[in-house]
Amino acid sequence: MTVGSQRAAVLGVGQTKYDTTYPGSMAGMLREAATNALEMSALGWDDIDAVIMGKAPDFFEGVMMPEVYLAEALGCVGKPIMRVHTAGSVGGSTACVAASMIQSGVHERVLTIGWEKQSESNAMWALSLPQPFATSVNAGAGGYFSPIIRRYMMMTQAPELIGCMVALKDRRHALANPYAHLHQSDLTFEQVVESPMLWDPIRYSETCPSSDGACALVLGSETVAEAHAGPVAWIKGTAMRSESGSFGGRNMVSPAASEACANDVFAQAGIHDRRKEIDAVEMYVPFSWYEPMWLESLGFAEKGEGWRMVESGATSIDGGDLPVNCSGGVLSSNPIGASGMIRFGEAALQVMGLAGDHQVDGAKTAVGHAYGGAAQYYAMWVVGSEK
Amino acid sequence: MADEVLRAPLVLEYPFTRTTGAVIGAFLTGLREGVVLGVRRSDGSVMCPPLEYDPITSESLSELVPVSTTGTVQTWTWNGAPRPQQPFSRPFAWAMITLDGADTPLLHGVLVDGPDQMRTGMRVQLEWRPQREGHITDIAGFLPAAESATGSPGAVPAGVEEVRSVRTPIRMEYTYTPGRALSQYLRAMKDRRILGDQCPETGQVFVPPRGVSSIAGKATLPDLVELPDTGYIESFNITRVPIKMRPDLTPPYVSAWIVLDGASVGFMGLGMNVAPEDVRVGMRVRAVWKPDDELEMSAQNILGWEPTGEPDEVIDDYSRVGRLQGAGES
Repeated sequence: MTVGSQRAAVLGVGQTKYDTTYPGSMAGMLREAATNALEMSALGWDDIDAVIMGKAPDFFEGVMMPEVYLAEALGCVGKPIMRVHTAGSVGGSTACVAASMIQSGVHERVLTIGWEKQSESNAMWALSLPQPFATSVNAGAGGYFSPIIRRYMMMTQAPELIGCMVALKDRRHALANPYAHLHQSDLTFEQVVESPMLWDPIRYSETCPSSDGACALVLGSETVAEAHAGPVAWIKGTAMRSESGSFGGRNMVSPAASEACANDVFAQAGIHDRRKEIDAVEMYVPFSWYEPMWLESLGFAEKGEGWRMVESGATSIDGGDLPVNCSGGVLSSNPIGASGMIRFGEAALQVMGLAGDHQVDGAKTAVGHAYGGAAQYYAMWVVGSEK
Repeated sequence: MADEVLRAPLVLEYPFTRTTGAVIGAFLTGLREGVVLGVRRSDGSVMCPPLEYDPITSESLSELVPVSTTGTVQTWTWNGAPRPQQPFSRPFAWAMITLDGADTPLLHGVLVDGPDQMRTGMRVQLEWRPQREGHITDIAGFLPAAESATGSPGAVPAGVEEVRSVRTPIRMEYTYTPGRALSQYLRAMKDRRILGDQCPETGQVFVPPRGVSSIAGKATLPDLVELPDTGYIESFNITRVPIKMRPDLTPPYVSAWIVLDGASVGFMGLGMNVAPEDVRVGMRVRAVWKPDDELEMSAQNILGWEPTGEPDEVIDDYSRVGRLQGAGES
């Protein structure tokens, strides 16, 4: 926790069932997630002081300034509303900004929400907009990240199928999460391996789905949290970092901003031995190989050793010592603007003991993580069951 | 003028799909059936067009009530130069119209011959389009009506198919200007020359030029540097499935980060004249240019990158991409 700041805690986490198409309107989808979060926090619309929302670029759905259109659905009439925007990491940064509203002493109870309705648009189109005079051979996020993954594989000499192991693990984890988009109960390792190469070396089964969904959190001050009857997740640290997407000699595999963000958040939370002291991690893994890459970048594994953690089963909820993405992760649900907040919310649910069938037994300290853009925006928080 | 900044039109358009939800879906279903629906608030007032959530209390709203097709102009403004997709192709008035039976106004066009025929308080009559599909454009617009005119609210027949989603094509027209540095780069492209610019602190060379060094936070040096059309592949992707957005690219194709000799950063280029299986990190490549008579002020002059056959570039750190230090190798 930053020196001089007030304590803040998560009181409620609300989600919608992630799916290809949410059957209602965008406003209705946000309303459902927010209502669920309020219900868990035992608060009503009138109790909320401010709403902090975040989503991916407007082009993703073609709704300009959605915060204006959505204020009524979120009970925000006559209250402050603010939108955060940091590409794919936005759900995480939004939660960090919401927490700062309480840590700073400005507000007592804040509703924060992230969402995406991918069924209304095409993120591939939005990420491949034409530009005069230019040439482009890129199409979508996979084409951008595949060369980085190739470099990681060359750097570490990791076995070729580590990514497939991550994909299968996260899809199995998703089976215990009723909100997850993909529930592939019959998926086998062979099917993952044999799924078509899309952006070689990334296979189809190693990519995230396109999802509709929203995730909302209710955050409260120390006074509010202590008056709350149910469990809360105390926010022990929040950090955000960014860096330029392209400069000479940039570390693309483990960007400096990623490492700085992790160092900051763990220092705030007083974590010394990251692998030992953290009980559950929800990290942003839209392409399977990012799990071993982030394990190294966030300091859970030595450089070059992240893949060994995957291979050993250390990141599985079934017997692993550092379960990663027990919710199924981004690989099982990707409503882009919500994906970061889902990581933060799922980390909170773990330490609140409310993660249901994907609960890590006795989890006391958990990490939420998100990244975005050209792997250039980072947001993390550490939450704990103890103040 | 040699240093004039280039300009070009840029159009972005996409047919977004909206899932309507129950309230807006019912409103659009009503339009298709020739009935205008409003929604009742808890104080009894009726909003038309309807909203899913109360703009004052944030309550969920669900009680839909038919309103009339006649109404009163609350205020208006003249639109002397209609744009495509506006209600009328000849000049018309934009008006806030409260339909009889509603308490809030909707914004639409009123077709009259001139602004002298418009006034606040005038009565208007809704005009339907002959073919209706359950979209806001089912309302063609409004025409002046007699003071005494009153429409009937009507009712949506039971059992009709509900509108659940609509297409909303969005189109934006920009004028794109690539800026000073990039304009110089594009002009040089016409002569098969590749220009980059340089960070004043680190000497890093950026291709294409950026005008600004993101690491120093300063403008790049005003004199651009010329680079050879040779370099190496830092890493690459092989796209093995057709990408709907790019019908011009036939899979499998290689998109590679090309770092030119003397450049500090890479850019994405298409691998050419090499099988995807034979592409390597470190492979030396050179540009494949369009024929002389097809050269334009465009980066598209370089069709792709083909192997030179030289020994591979030695890469000693796979995590870092490009060169920390600036020019000097070219």
